[in-house]
Amino acid sequence: MSVLVFTETENNILKRNAAEVASYGVALAAQLNSTCSAIAFDATDAESLGHYGISKVIDVAGTPKHFDAHTYADIIANYAQNNGVNQVVLSSSADAKYLAPILAAKLGAAYVPNVVALPEGSTPLKVKRSAFSNKAFAFTELLADCSIIGVGNNAFGVKEQPTSCTLTSFAADGYTPKTEQLAIEKVTGKATIADADVVVSGGRGLKGPENWHLVEDLAEVLGAATACSKPVSDMGWRSHDEHVGQTGKPVATNLYIAIGISGAIQHLAGVNASKVKVVINNDPEAPFFKAADYGIVGDAFEVVPKLTEKLKDFKAQH
Amino acid sequence: MNILVCISHVPDTTSKINFVENDTQFDTVGVQFIINPNDEFGLTRAIWFKEKTGAQVDVIHVGTAAADPTLRKCLAIGADKAYRIDTTPRDGACVAQELAAFAQQHAYDLIIAGRESIDYNGGMVPGMLAALLDIPFVANCVGLDVDQGVATAAREIDGGREQLKASLPLVIGAQKGLVEEADLRIPNMRGIMQARQKPFEVVPSQNATPKTKDVSFEKPIQKAEVKLIPADNVDQLIELLHNEAKVI
Ligand SMILES: Cc1cc2nc3c(=O)[nH]c(=O)nc-3n(C[C@H](O)[C@H](O)[C@H](O)COP(=O)(O)OP(=O)(O)OC[C@H]3O[C@@H](n4cnc5c(N)ncnc54)[C@H](O)[C@@H]3O)c2cc1C
Ligand SMILES: Nc1ncnc2c1ncn2[C@@H]1O[C@H](COP(=O)(O)O)[C@@H](O)[C@H]1O
Repeated sequence: MSVLVFTETENNILKRNAAEVASYGVALAAQLNSTCSAIAFDATDAESLGHYGISKVIDVAGTPKHFDAHTYADIIANYAQNNGVNQVVLSSSADAKYLAPILAAKLGAAYVPNVVALPEGSTPLKVKRSAFSNKAFAFTELLADCSIIGVGNNAFGVKEQPTSCTLTSFAADGYTPKTEQLAIEKVTGKATIADADVVVSGGRGLKGPENWHLVEDLAEVLGAATACSKPVSDMGWRSHDEHVGQTGKPVATNLYIAIGISGAIQHLAGVNASKVKVVINNDPEAPFFKAADYGIVGDAFEVVPKLTEKLKDFKAQH
Repeated sequence: MNILVCISHVPDTTSKINFVENDTQFDTVGVQFIINPNDEFGLTRAIWFKEKTGAQVDVIHVGTAAADPTLRKCLAIGADKAYRIDTTPRDGACVAQELAAFAQQHAYDLIIAGRESIDYNGGMVPGMLAALLDIPFVANCVGLDVDQGVATAAREIDGGREQLKASLPLVIGAQKGLVEEADLRIPNMRGIMQARQKPFEVVPSQNATPKTKDVSFEKPIQKAEVKLIPADNVDQLIELLHNEAKVI
């Protein structure tokens, strides 16, 4: 019996969320009196998972050239079935959510995404997960012999407990990808909504795309990703992949700053999982203030440049 | 080309979420149900294929008769035939198994589902379905074309998009971006009249076994009152974010 953590890589380096899923896997194994290893595809820094208590990493050699979810699922399922794996832990990234259902079907496993805490009980495992677009939590029992747990972004946190870590190579060959990658377009050098610690988001209150330097300058000081409300992307002020909310990208970051966004229920549903929310809006009645931790009632055109300047000073000192 | 669009029937996005029976059941009283928004994008693309290439478009729902009006709406929007697999599905794995058994008896070139249902947010049906059928799957699909049995599809990824090629049959998880929102169809009078004549078949279920069980629900604890900071004192906000919230 053992726990297996799938850690994602980008350009052969572990992604930031690897630390959180590894921490969860190690804690889960401790709770179940089990052991925990990680499986990584072409990670040059896989041993760093030792910081989070992972003592063994299965290093997949001969990884397919692009992230083909079926192939990844085949490889992980093959390893899991031959090594007594009963729980697989992965993140809530777009790739993990692509892979997990396929893996679940292959393993006949019970899969639960958006899990926010360690399970209660062990037979069956019962996990708390967010549902109804963050308007509620569900307590879900996992009824199959094998369980797949998708950990919500930033829901569990990173726990350091250094141990020495060894690599075991696992040969992946004989798999035929089901998709072929034709092209990939990706902004580089910029924080993405999924990965960033801080997201700065702008709404219709900013009046037009020509004013987005307000959002961008603030984001730059904070090393944040930029996002927007739905009408902003619908009107073409910003690109569609910045749209966050119930029908856009989910945001579960440490700090979410909303500027000129009213806080409609569909917007909140997608961003509520963020830890700390700051709202800047000139209407004291804006519904977002009810969901916020900190608020400034004021004109974004005056408040935001000031905030950006002061934050620059703050960052210079810290 | 034969297309199957999987429809989930979900509470309207503005619905208040409440639970009854000791927090074990979702309270449907007063809740308006709609076509899952992600499925609406998928259905619209399917109808585009129908109009451009003469594709046949079937819609399917796994569930009870409560969803019949939603399926009728799909017919009014332009689908050719509706199926409902008659069961109370207990989890996403059940739905995927029911759909897979159904698809195995029909010859679909394209199966369109949504990225996720906005109620239980499982995001698991399309991927499980593709795996059960052992056919390709494109998640978070924001572009789809088919030429001579080969599909090119765009997938939204963190920070960008990826173009993929896959053979048919194929499953996609549709979302906003697959078609323009302005192109979403609303049923008109003629469509509603025609829908009454269109075939609607109720199919017996396979009694698939669930893998998970939602045993209870909980609403998030009410947030503490927002701390308001005067607009001329952004220093105080920075201080609070640093010392109190510890996020910067
Ligand atoms: C099915 C469905 C799905 C949806 N999904 C989403 C979704 O995923 N994401 C999403 O965001 N929306 C979604 N919406 C839309 C949502 O209902 C709202 O219409 C939208 O979020 C409003 O965007 P906004 O806050 O930018 O604009 P508005 O509601 O117009 O708000 C603008 C705000 O800016 C403030 N403001 C104006 N001037 C200033 C100034 N100078 N300084 C500071 N503040 C100022 C105003 O007080 C106001 O509160 C959905 C709607 C539907 C029906
Ligand atoms: N009961 C159902 N009947 C038919 N299709 C469904 C059902 N539930 C989910 N789906 C499809 O699967 C997609 C993802 O749903 P889910 O896995 O529940 O998040 C939905 O957008 C639908 O296309």
